[in-house]
Amino acid sequence: MDNLIWIFISALLVNNFTLTYFLGLCPFLGVTSRLETAFRLGLANIFVMVITAICSYALNEWVLPFAPFLRLISFIIVIASSVQFVEMALKKLSPDLFRALGIYLPLITTNCAILGLALFSTNKGYGFTEGVVYALGAGGGVTLALVLLAAVREETRLLDIPDIVKGTALNLIIAGIISMAFMGFAGLFTTV
Amino acid sequence: MNSDETSEGRNVLLKGLWKENPVLVAVLGMCPALAVTNSAINALAMGLASLFVLMSSSFLVSLFRNLIPKQVRITAYIVIIATFVTIVDFLLAAYSPVIHKELGAFIALIVVNCLILGRQEAFASKNRPGMALLDALGMGLGFTGALLAIGVIREILGSGSLFGIDLFGANFEPWVIMVLPPGGFFTLGFLLLGINWFTQRSIKEKENHG
Repeated sequence: MDNLIWIFISALLVNNFTLTYFLGLCPFLGVTSRLETAFRLGLANIFVMVITAICSYALNEWVLPFAPFLRLISFIIVIASSVQFVEMALKKLSPDLFRALGIYLPLITTNCAILGLALFSTNKGYGFTEGVVYALGAGGGVTLALVLLAAVREETRLLDIPDIVKGTALNLIIAGIISMAFMGFAGLFTTV
Repeated sequence: MNSDETSEGRNVLLKGLWKENPVLVAVLGMCPALAVTNSAINALAMGLASLFVLMSSSFLVSLFRNLIPKQVRITAYIVIIATFVTIVDFLLAAYSPVIHKELGAFIALIVVNCLILGRQEAFASKNRPGMALLDALGMGLGFTGALLAIGVIREILGSGSLFGIDLFGANFEPWVIMVLPPGGFFTLGFLLLGINWFTQRSIKEKENHG
């Protein structure tokens, strides 16, 4: 149980996917102009990550021992098709949630954080429960980073900023400062 | 090949290097651009690996552009890209295990580099193989160049060395933050800021000279 909490906190704060591994930067810079959408995208991310964790565990357990060179191809295909499947299932079963996630559900198929999660958790040799907990932590971390950046960006809209800094340059510098704050968590655990 | 085609080819090759530079102008392929650029040699290895994947998949996609059904084209591109990434992954592991270990999962993550998929969709699937190769070469070199620039800046400031060679001697106090993740954000942020400043200045100068 202790181990699971460590995995969760480590993925959430210490090894935050966006701020220390630089995964999923496209949505991080692209859709954080509004807090509301950033939060929804984060939720969609958590959702897909958990499903990916389950699929990659199954692949790793039953398929890949026979064909290790298929790892990348099978992961990416399984992720893409499972997102598609989840999208259809969600549309039928829970239209409210489907509407809340909107366009972001299909978009995150090509998000490198998802494939990164599958690769990292199999590299670390996580089992089923550990994998799901890791996915929850990583997804929560991505959501946290998205919400933090979006919140700061909403405030900067009212400021008088020189033209040359506006846009991606400013976002990257803000992200750098947030990332610097997250470096403070680095000493939280020493053995994870 | 007549002169029209030659100049078109040159334009296709050159636009990736500066005018439509994937990292510095289009802001694509950010994950590898920041994650592995804490030293110049890692940045170079990542850039060359991406260049290889980009060129081979552009060539193949362009060859098969009339055979791939439109509905499944994205899946087909991704399978082609993933195949070449697997090749690079195994090659690096065999010939240069140290770099392979440093880059870790980020070699595998070239599959989801939006730059590569973007070029297949935007260029390779609509043009002849020769042109697609030129475009991939330009974009790949532009990507490598940008990565190398970030890597050089971060290594000089963060470890006081370049390609592992000590530059400043023992008195230099390294800015450790530059090799840590925040340094990646800062370096790219300030590079973009510099480019903005440069473009705006040249626009203003043109206006002044009228």
